[in-house]
Amino acid sequence: MSSDLDVFVGNTTLIDEEVYRLWLDGHSVAEAVARRLRGGVLEREGTSVAVLQSDTRDHYRTFQMLERLLHAPPRLLQQLLFQIPPERQALLVQRYYAFDEALARELLGKKLSKGTKKELDEVSARTGVGIRSCRRQFDNFKRVFKAVEELRGPLAENIQQLFLLPPALARDYAAIVFFANSRFETGKRRLQFLSFGDFAACAQSMMAHWSQGALAPEAAEPDGDLPKSFLQDLKELKVLVSDKDLLDQHKRDTSGMGVPVLGGPGFGGSLGGGVPALSRALVNVGGKLTHARDVRDFFVDLVEKVIEPCRSDKWSPGDLRLFLTHYTAAPRNLPGFRHQALWERYMAAISACLLRMYHD
Amino acid sequence: MPGKLKVKIVAGRHLPVMDRASDLTDAFVEVKFGNTTFKTDVYPKSLNPQWNSEWFKFEVDDEELQDEPLQITVLDHDTYSANDAIGKVYIDIDPLLYSEAATVISGWFPIYDTIHGIRGEINVVVKVDLFNDLNRFRQSSCGVKFFCTTSIPKCYRAVVIHGFVEELVVNEDPEYQWIDRIRTPRASNEARQRLISLMSGELQRKIGLKVLEMRGNAVVGYLQCFDLEGESGLVVRAIGTACTLDKLSNTSAFLPACNSPSKEMKESPLVHAPSHGCRSTHNSPIHTATGSRLTQNFSVSVPTLIYTGMGSGSAGKEGGPFKTLLRQQTQSALEQREFPFFTLTTFPPGFLLHVGGVVSARSVKLLDRIHNPDEPETRDAWWAEIRQEIKSHAKALGCHAVVGYSESTSICEEVCILSASGTAAVLNPRFLQDGTMEGCLEQRIEEASPPGCGFCHIPYDELNMPFPAHLTYCYNCRKQKVPDVLFTTIDLPVEAIVVGKGCLIQARLCRLKKKAQAEANATSISNLLPFMEYEVHTQLMNKLKLRGMNALFGLRIQITVGENMLMGLASATGVYLAALPTPGGIQIAGKTPNDGTYEQHISHMQKKINDTIAKNKELYEINPPELPEEIIGSPIPEPRQRSRLLRSQSESSDEVTELDLSHGKKDAFVLEIDDTDAMEDVHSLLTDVPPPSGFYSCNTEIMPGINNWTPEIQMFTAVRVSRLSNINPTNQTLNKNFNDLCENLLKSLYFKLRSMVPCCLCHVNFTVALPEDELVQIAVTAVAITYDKNQALQANKAPTEKSQQRASTDNEEQLQFPLELSSDPLSSQPFSPAKEALEGASSHTGIPAAQRDRCNSWIELIKLKAQTIRRGSIKTTTSLEKASPLAEGYLRHRSVPSGTNSTVSVVKMTPLSFLPGAKITKYLGIINMFFIRETTSLREEGGVSGFLHAFIAEVFAMVRAHVAALGGNAVVSYIMKQCVFMENPNKNQAQCLINVSGDAVIFVRESELEVLPAPPPAAAAQPAGSAGDVTT
Repeated sequence: MSSDLDVFVGNTTLIDEEVYRLWLDGHSVAEAVARRLRGGVLEREGTSVAVLQSDTRDHYRTFQMLERLLHAPPRLLQQLLFQIPPERQALLVQRYYAFDEALARELLGKKLSKGTKKELDEVSARTGVGIRSCRRQFDNFKRVFKAVEELRGPLAENIQQLFLLPPALARDYAAIVFFANSRFETGKRRLQFLSFGDFAACAQSMMAHWSQGALAPEAAEPDGDLPKSFLQDLKELKVLVSDKDLLDQHKRDTSGMGVPVLGGPGFGGSLGGGVPALSRALVNVGGKLTHARDVRDFFVDLVEKVIEPCRSDKWSPGDLRLFLTHYTAAPRNLPGFRHQALWERYMAAISACLLRMYHD
Repeated sequence: MPGKLKVKIVAGRHLPVMDRASDLTDAFVEVKFGNTTFKTDVYPKSLNPQWNSEWFKFEVDDEELQDEPLQITVLDHDTYSANDAIGKVYIDIDPLLYSEAATVISGWFPIYDTIHGIRGEINVVVKVDLFNDLNRFRQSSCGVKFFCTTSIPKCYRAVVIHGFVEELVVNEDPEYQWIDRIRTPRASNEARQRLISLMSGELQRKIGLKVLEMRGNAVVGYLQCFDLEGESGLVVRAIGTACTLDKLSNTSAFLPACNSPSKEMKESPLVHAPSHGCRSTHNSPIHTATGSRLTQNFSVSVPTLIYTGMGSGSAGKEGGPFKTLLRQQTQSALEQREFPFFTLTTFPPGFLLHVGGVVSARSVKLLDRIHNPDEPETRDAWWAEIRQEIKSHAKALGCHAVVGYSESTSICEEVCILSASGTAAVLNPRFLQDGTMEGCLEQRIEEASPPGCGFCHIPYDELNMPFPAHLTYCYNCRKQKVPDVLFTTIDLPVEAIVVGKGCLIQARLCRLKKKAQAEANATSISNLLPFMEYEVHTQLMNKLKLRGMNALFGLRIQITVGENMLMGLASATGVYLAALPTPGGIQIAGKTPNDGTYEQHISHMQKKINDTIAKNKELYEINPPELPEEIIGSPIPEPRQRSRLLRSQSESSDEVTELDLSHGKKDAFVLEIDDTDAMEDVHSLLTDVPPPSGFYSCNTEIMPGINNWTPEIQMFTAVRVSRLSNINPTNQTLNKNFNDLCENLLKSLYFKLRSMVPCCLCHVNFTVALPEDELVQIAVTAVAITYDKNQALQANKAPTEKSQQRASTDNEEQLQFPLELSSDPLSSQPFSPAKEALEGASSHTGIPAAQRDRCNSWIELIKLKAQTIRRGSIKTTTSLEKASPLAEGYLRHRSVPSGTNSTVSVVKMTPLSFLPGAKITKYLGIINMFFIRETTSLREEGGVSGFLHAFIAEVFAMVRAHVAALGGNAVVSYIMKQCVFMENPNKNQAQCLINVSGDAVIFVRESELEVLPAPPPAAAAQPAGSAGDVTT
């Protein structure tokens, strides 16, 4: 005797967290049943495999019907079809939009296009995230990206409003959107030591300090794009390295501020040009940001030109912090340097990024 | 021009994209009532249009107001081609037609399309101005209130319960009209939805007229059903109980209940006149009324079940003088009526005097085209015949009334089985007459047998018993005779004394039948029916005994007819009534006693059965008081009995098993195994698995033995269709398949709801259909309610005590004084129930100790309390009632903004008449909805399961939306009356019809009531009190 039709509908929609997890992970009904069996539910509840199958199918159907609504979470709140308590709704949304950091790390800076989606098989193999789950997460990234691409104002807040995500998750999505928008290169071998968290933190600092929203909340451009005028202005900073006097003065000021380490033997040793080299690197990174191609290399440059030299010089993170603090502050005393505000705005994000990235 | 209907279309949201080019929609709305149609402007290019229309006004007759639904159609404007319909909303405006219900319907309604399901929502405001005085209505019956609830609704008081009202209307089914060949199925289904909506309105109006004729103002236990007779038409029929209800206004005077208690006390010995007969009714043979007319209207009547021979009519004559008097009164009150039937299943205390047993009648009919829809005489005659039969069965049981009455049909092709069943009963005449509510309570107290057992006492005549049976004096009062087993279709009376917990008992049965046509078919069905009834009955009896119980409540036997088989499914809630004798065990007897291995086998089975009984007794906590033989049959003084009762309750469970063994010898129920069939039956008996720990189930409103519900509820509907894939099915394999199907379904429910443990599935309602050859469809609707385990344990210790308390609090409700009889936390101490309650009460009310000693019965206590109240020494009166208007205002205040808010307000749904931990403050009107859903892309919608899952969810959503629009926050007495599913997988098509109903209400949480000023101590502090409240 086979059951052709078998449904269970509650006035309050039943959500089984375990089955939801399995569904999100992209398991088929059969796989999900097998996993639940391994979880020992049969022994605990003294039920049968048939019951478990029927239960799993019911939940899967519910989730499939809910998925349409999960694509626009505010609709989940307004819809009349499923009666779900608010805390359950929040849970559904949060779990649906939660992502595997390994996967997100792989996709950071990539164009969220069909082409990328086709490569997900490899990504899935590398990260160990099921292919179906990969696709769902990719679609989530893309959906969020599309939704906020054109919106003004702070990215994270927009995402939070449109997708009802918890603040931390919304900030992570903002980072993903930011990376996808600027297409930063993150896949190079020398960047492999950086985690998703590192990049997300960098993105947040960059948006916090550089985006228009950071200065004028009613800015015209979306937060995901770095403001053109700001990038243009960064060119002015080149004066710090191109003008010999200023460079020397800057170096002196930095070293002269009673920082023993910086004056010590290690300092300037393997750095080659010492502070001037570092300084040139730091300023040039900013100067290059006007060209889209160079923007992509932002993180590569930081690692190659700053982090690796420092590391080979065996600076501790404390050393780097000290250096950056003083280096940022030094131009204040430079005669004829008129870009102090710009400089500090630039260096605030750069410092935050470097400090976050400075680890093994 | 007696009424003006005003409609305003505010806005839409989440509309579907109708124009692929722009991904937008140019929506407008047509508002139709009767023959008048208004249109809104087109709101271009939006999926969230803001029409904000003017008020569309319809000036119509009140007759029309009652019959017609308001039709709202949302369309997409198209300049060049015909406008596309997006979907529709039907709004029943009946709730606006009586003053006490809703005043405005306002809210978001799902826009429904038969093909696409829900497509966005529309915000509508509807109002009605009635110009006439209600009394002047003649053609219409505006103002008559309808309730699906099968008890007196919570915020009303029954002044008079008039009795049975019925009506049916017929029409041609649009699906089968000639025009169906040229129009789309969608148009056809829409026509059906519209027609049924119209017919329901008409039916309700006609029933209302009958109620007005009877000088009533309400219909309680209103049950409306559709018979889809196919070619021969569409029948909409309804039954209900006409009542005159009084809204319990908050300042309302007390019931004139507390007159001269001392006088009553003197009279009370009269109550138990001796010499009452007893007749065991369960094992009566099947009685088939012959003389079937095999003519055009083929008819075979099959009266069955608890039905005791002829000629015992006026049994009361040998009874005591009081009984005779009572009988005459009842007779005069009831015999004016054609059918003394009541669709109620729960009654005001004192209404039900004695219960005779279940009476049922079935008849097989051949359908033919209804020639004249305006004169549905044939169908009327069919039902009249059946009702007559029921009436005569009740008479045979010495009863003048039938309670818990219901009717149903099962149709397959041109054959139709009409069924009716109910419980024969003797009622208190005072409730049935006009203007005699005065002194009704007095009467009740005077007449009442001891509260926990009176209804068990046999109403029929002992001397005229056609069948020998075990009969005993009531184990509770020792004064009157009781049968050894009691079957009823009603809910367990609140005052009943129950030992342990109850459980769901089902009997399941399949019988093969040859495929045949017309009369041959009908004959074979009617030949099978008696055997099915008999077997269902035997199964029920065996399963009841297997659980060590002695009474069934809420019995519902459904016989479903299919092409090549008949299916019988009986559901009931088994309980152990303290008033009835302990059931004997089951003993197996073999036919061939000389065969050694056979004997061994038998004894093995016997052991298994005994073990099961013992296990069940433990599971359901059935530890009845053990009474020594010499006491049985002789009345003993009450105090002594009570103390015995309590002593044995405190005994350890070891003794209980000892007790079990004795049952086998005492008066065992012998099962003879004479062939393999019987062996199978015994096996199947033992296959019923008890629910997993933490779960209980019942099909009545409340679970006997549990009364500490928490507010968490989950109503659900589960549907299963299974293919009986045997090539050569036999009755045995079919039975087994069917049995497995039901058991698996239950198991699946327990698993799904495991997070709610400890909980109880209440009002479990199974419906069986045989849509095609070899296909069985089972639909279950029930509610899972959690309860507090800790308190449950406490309650288990003293079940009788608790029920006693419940009875007493229930009584308070009736009296309208929230007395704190059981609010004393010390009340769980092992006092005798009466004494303990008294103790609790007197400590609160300050009745002098001397007076207290004089009270040795519960009834006297109540009287005493009444007296005390009249003297004004209790100051807690009406505080609970006072709280409700505040609560209502409070709630309304809160719910108004939530209507316009974007978040959806929560609407609870339950098949019960109450919500645990909450007080219903207002009934907003009846919800009666009919939907059809069809698809031509079944696979794409997730197959049959996906299709039906979505549809049921949509039906729930539409019910909730309508309730919310009426301003309500719950549906009580919700029932899915029909779920007809048809599929054609080859064509990738499916279709489903669902009909649901219930009462829209506003409830307030008791915890919220507490927050309000002057919290009533009685309502706030006692779980027992709330249980009493909600189960009235």
